[in-house]
Amino acid sequence: MSLGTDSPIIKISEVSKFFGEFQALKSVSLDVGSGERVVVCGPSGSGKSTLIRCINRLEKHEQGEIIVDGVTLSDARESLEKIRANVGMVFQQFNLFPHLSVIDNLTLGPKRVYGLSEKEAKARAMEYLERVRIPDQADKFPRHLSGGQQQRVAIARSLCMEPRILLFDEPTSALDPEMITEVLEVMTELAGSGMTMIVVTHEMGFARKVADRMVFMDQGEIVEIAKPEKFFTTPDSQRSRDFLQKILNH
Amino acid sequence: MTKLFIALSSFLLLSGCAGNWGWYVVDPSTPNGMTNLKFMATGAYYTILMSLTAIIISVVVGLLIALPGLSAKPGVRAINRVYVEVVRAVPILVLILWVYYGLPTLTGITLNVFWAGVLALALSDSAFQAEIFRAGIQSISRGQYEAAQSISLNYRDTMRYVILPQAIRRILPALGNQLVYMLKMSSLVSVIGMQELTRRANELVVTEYRPLEIYTILVLEYLVLILIVSAGVRWLERRMQAAES
Repeated sequence: MSLGTDSPIIKISEVSKFFGEFQALKSVSLDVGSGERVVVCGPSGSGKSTLIRCINRLEKHEQGEIIVDGVTLSDARESLEKIRANVGMVFQQFNLFPHLSVIDNLTLGPKRVYGLSEKEAKARAMEYLERVRIPDQADKFPRHLSGGQQQRVAIARSLCMEPRILLFDEPTSALDPEMITEVLEVMTELAGSGMTMIVVTHEMGFARKVADRMVFMDQGEIVEIAKPEKFFTTPDSQRSRDFLQKILNH
Repeated sequence: MTKLFIALSSFLLLSGCAGNWGWYVVDPSTPNGMTNLKFMATGAYYTILMSLTAIIISVVVGLLIALPGLSAKPGVRAINRVYVEVVRAVPILVLILWVYYGLPTLTGITLNVFWAGVLALALSDSAFQAEIFRAGIQSISRGQYEAAQSISLNYRDTMRYVILPQAIRRILPALGNQLVYMLKMSSLVSVIGMQELTRRANELVVTEYRPLEIYTILVLEYLVLILIVSAGVRWLERRMQAAES
């Protein structure tokens, strides 16, 4: 089930993924346009994380085809490095490098992958730290920051690679409630800058405000793709209605 | 009282304990004792040089052997397993003898005593280092690899800048342990004539015939060396922790 877009930067066609006997993705198809903001939601175990992890090949899909920015995903190292430099990812657990200061977390990729000098990389890192509004934490180590700050550093680390696509894997699920807002604000700002974003989240307020399209998944399938105004008011499928009932009435 | 004293001293005399000490052989106030002490202590040079050279080699080899052990491919993992199981099974003394006496016959390569000792010590230790590194690397969470991959770092950079710095911090106490072990095991190289601490003590025993005193000094020599190493490792641990705060 797919909704066409004019200039897809990501083309996912009939992708299936197995973990042993368990089929996590069942012939999933989805096109994402350049600059589009897609929010993926669904109950846990529905395959939404697996889907976006397939896009930068943290998971290998067994069937189907994924084309990112014109490059077909395969094990070929060149294509893999090209795709990963172009596709950033923000994780639920932040996954900052604990032995490196904030600034070194940010400069590592640009220095090693793009060959930037220390000075250039630092200038770029400071630019993005300002964008996530924590330039004053540059010399601290991750464990001295709050969860919200750590996640913003993680976003800045992805941005330092200047990717065309950013994937968010439940970026606020590990945060205390009072820190969710600061992360969502940064993400909303990013959305306004024209970045292509695929966001797996349960934050329906954010989805309603930012998403161009909602993707609802259940049991490894895409059940429904719709504009947010339609999805939140008159979803087509019963499964979407059940899910929204549960998530909005708590 | 007198009776008791006589009984006690005759007991000690008979049992060979009293009046049998001859500390004069290592008495620094006599010229001969001082010469003996210097002779013994200078053996530390080769004990330290051999141990450090061997540990550097074994850490590098151990890491290179650990990496295939982390592969997803069973064939590659087998390289690690075979190396570790075979090398670990050979007693160090046997390995020293084999390298020194066996290698020339087998390959035509003759190593001098020092390098034969270093090679045997390093080879033996590398199997243990490989296991330590493997455990250390495996203790780093999957998320660290994924984060490194997500900023497009290749395997080498991921290991060098992300995984190993964290793993080494965790295995530092175990690495210190191996260095202590190495210092002690280097005494075995005395059997092929290396002029290190134990060999020198043995030679002195032959000329002075005072094993108890000389071996006591030998024990103290190792104790001092190892206490210094322990302090060094703890200092390193503290410094690495301080670097993060």
